[in-house]
Amino acid sequence: MKPGIVLFPGINRERDMAIALERAFGHAPRIVWHTETDLGELDLLVLPGGFSYGDYLRCGAMAAQTPVMGAVRAHAERGGYVLGVCNGFQILTEAGLLPGALLRNAGLRFISADCHLRVERTDTAFTAQWQQGAVFRAPMAHGDGNYFADTATLDRLEGENLVAFRYVTARGEVTPEANRNGSARSIAGIFSPNLRVLGLMPHPEDLVDKLLGGEDGAPLFASLAAA
Amino acid sequence: MTQRPIDAALARDFGLSEEEYARALAIMGRPLTLAELGVFSVMWSEHCSYKSSRTWLSQLPTKAPWVIHGPGENAGVVEIGHGLACVFKMESHNHPSFIEPYQGAATGVGGILRDVFTMGARPIANLNALRFGDPRHPVTRRIVDGVVRGIGGYGNCVGVPTVGGEINFHPAYNGNPLVNAMTVGVAPVDRIFLSAAAGVGNPVVYVGSKTGRDGIHGATMASAEFGKDAEEKRPTVQVGDPFTEKLLIEACLELMQTDAIVAIQDMGAAGLTSSSVEMAGKGGVGIDLDLDAVPQRETGISAYEMLLSESQERMLMVLRPEKAEAARMIFEKWQLDFAVIGRITDTGRFVARHQGRVEADIPLAPLADQAPVYQRPIAEPAKPAELPPARAENRWGLAEALERLLGTPDLASRAWVWEQYDSTIGGQTVKRPGAADAAVVRIEGQTMALALTTDCTPRYCAADPEAGGRQAVAEAWRNLTATGARPLAVTDNLNFGNPEKPEVMGAFAAAIRGMAAACEALNFPVVSGNVSLYNETEGRPILPTPAIGAVGVIDDAAAAVGIALGPWLDLVLIGQTRGWLGQSLWLREIAGREEGAPPPVDLAAERAAGDFVRGLILNGTVRACHDVSDGGLLVAVAEMAMAGNVGVRLSAGPREIPGHAYWFGEDQGRYVLAVPDGPAVVRAAEAAGLAAVRIGHSGGADLTVPDGGTISIAKLRAAHEAFFPAFMGS
Repeated sequence: MKPGIVLFPGINRERDMAIALERAFGHAPRIVWHTETDLGELDLLVLPGGFSYGDYLRCGAMAAQTPVMGAVRAHAERGGYVLGVCNGFQILTEAGLLPGALLRNAGLRFISADCHLRVERTDTAFTAQWQQGAVFRAPMAHGDGNYFADTATLDRLEGENLVAFRYVTARGEVTPEANRNGSARSIAGIFSPNLRVLGLMPHPEDLVDKLLGGEDGAPLFASLAAA
Repeated sequence: MTQRPIDAALARDFGLSEEEYARALAIMGRPLTLAELGVFSVMWSEHCSYKSSRTWLSQLPTKAPWVIHGPGENAGVVEIGHGLACVFKMESHNHPSFIEPYQGAATGVGGILRDVFTMGARPIANLNALRFGDPRHPVTRRIVDGVVRGIGGYGNCVGVPTVGGEINFHPAYNGNPLVNAMTVGVAPVDRIFLSAAAGVGNPVVYVGSKTGRDGIHGATMASAEFGKDAEEKRPTVQVGDPFTEKLLIEACLELMQTDAIVAIQDMGAAGLTSSSVEMAGKGGVGIDLDLDAVPQRETGISAYEMLLSESQERMLMVLRPEKAEAARMIFEKWQLDFAVIGRITDTGRFVARHQGRVEADIPLAPLADQAPVYQRPIAEPAKPAELPPARAENRWGLAEALERLLGTPDLASRAWVWEQYDSTIGGQTVKRPGAADAAVVRIEGQTMALALTTDCTPRYCAADPEAGGRQAVAEAWRNLTATGARPLAVTDNLNFGNPEKPEVMGAFAAAIRGMAAACEALNFPVVSGNVSLYNETEGRPILPTPAIGAVGVIDDAAAAVGIALGPWLDLVLIGQTRGWLGQSLWLREIAGREEGAPPPVDLAAERAAGDFVRGLILNGTVRACHDVSDGGLLVAVAEMAMAGNVGVRLSAGPREIPGHAYWFGEDQGRYVLAVPDGPAVVRAAEAAGLAAVRIGHSGGADLTVPDGGTISIAKLRAAHEAFFPAFMGS
């Protein structure tokens, strides 16, 4: 699988993402500039975290209107893989590739801390290397990670088993305390119906090295590399 | 704009004394234009000219074999091995942060970032040193909230991890908080960019944000005390745009891969004026600016306003003419303004033209050479008497006192603050805030890492500025050492009151003396820094606060240790304990007294203990290490226990020292090591001529103290973590 990182002005976690991808894939990802429309041979498009266009309008809203997003949408419609992390997740919801929206954190403050995520299904290209129900640690770093969707959408996501990760305690329990940003139904990440598009708020790419505190996030990239 | 005549009265309002104004007139030999008065007033402000501090700063040692650039450039540069250099500096944004905490702190971060990437370094970490007023004072909460949000808002968006810092509370900062921001970057040693302009005819290029009317006379504001009118000064505070800064970093670093740049400097305090004057002055050339070409945010901005605007996220460069178009394409790719606004000349003059008129024409050499330098009168601070341990009566059990101390504002957990700063971005943060005595950040693509810290103990400096200056440097050195790093160099941020008061200037001089002695003894030169004076509100100065930022290197990041204690380890105390309670937190918080002399630092012992501890860390003997500082030995042990979530059983201290003095005294030069074999480490230390004693053993879930008390780690943690959320209401 050939990975590429889509770069918008103001994205700032592209280096972290490139390191994680290179560790798993054995080669550096291609960097795709926001004005490009030809994605060539890429199989996986990664929209990393940051503050695209400063997030001065609404998180991800400006990036969702850039030329490259037309190509990303076409790629997704062809069944290509897309991973959006943090601001990337916000961009995917703004672009309509995933449902719902990310609101201000419930406490109205930026949260930079490790959280625990429960893997809700493992029969996907993103999660195959985890055990069902596995709990892993990942840093979160966002001010707008409070997942919101209307009740019908949430019911559909759950009914169709499209919730990828939930915020849980270290033991895997869903509790209000473990859901620090106040996300609806503790949702940290969701899949598209064809399971080819994943958006999540926390940063598995920042926990792929024992020296930096653990390799909890590595299975995401290993799964993709093996898919 | 003003209709007032350009005279001594207007000059006074601009911050120039009568004598300084007369000197400017003599240099010019004719009346000044408004723009010229503006240029003189900002270039000769305390903030830009260091006129009160310069004679003292020269006492600081600035050289070592690894120093590439010391003070005088935008930031200090030291060699760290593998062909790389560390570029770093700390700078204050105190005055703006009181008036408008969010933007004041945010633009403080933005400004120091530019000082580092303007030299060609990619910023890899931010730190800060913050002092706030009494938590009970009505404005403190609002200032803490705004400053923390501002630091996070800027640093998180620009994508540089905020990995460390320190916070103190004291009523002396009620009307004048301190916001000192530090940035650390890394560059190849052979790709360091400097600011001295050269090449007659070369284009002077402006890049970044457009110029607006914000921040005019910010440098002058930072050179005066606050009165009751502080609120009215809000328009002099700049507004930050971290998104543009991020683009500016990427565009500048991309351009720096080429050989287009002759000289580059950010537009910081005093904006276009100071950057162009300094670049031309350092290069011994002249500069001719066409202000009509300056990208402007609105119409009708006057020459005076353009020269003094402190709009953020702007850089000035001198380019090789044949490379200017390639440079323009890089900045257009990043959607940033790029404008040729002038030329380098051979006239030695600073000339600014606007709308067909020469608005300023100043000879550069006298502007720099005849800048005022003051030998301010000093009053030598009195040395306080020592406080014998016997004179500090104790009514408290050790566990009770510890629980209370850990909950006080100066010792309470800072997690509430750190959690608002992105500390992991970049994917290289080996030791996050609170995990070790210094933050440890690996260098991308290398096994080596930098250890980073900021330190100062203002209550020591207030009691004895010389001892406090020594201690601040020594503690920074100790904190780097405690991770296993080799300390390299220092940046300082000297925050003091009104230098026209002899007692303030006396404290300044004494603090420098103390710092210089410590830097000398520890081979720890000062390579960059910033002086912030006039930190007073309505005549009341802050505590003398010479904040130290420091950098060390550890060749193998995997060898770095943190403070988190594991189970079944011996705790060994290295260094001499006398039970020094003077100026200790125990004395202030438990006994309710602020008195005595601060603990002295024996620099030879400091170095010996540190070199010994570093050796043990690097040979793999040490599992965790924590220096003993605020709160003393028992607080250090408790912090290690809380970080590792494991209990400790402590043995009794020596009989001749009262228990509370032994466990809460703040004697310097000490480390607590967690090791598998305590007696072996004690023997090795004693063989090296150091005091060492096994003080306890880890395990279980409780801290058991020698006076019979026991307290669970969970209870300690609850006490430790309660303050900030309760104070800030979240």
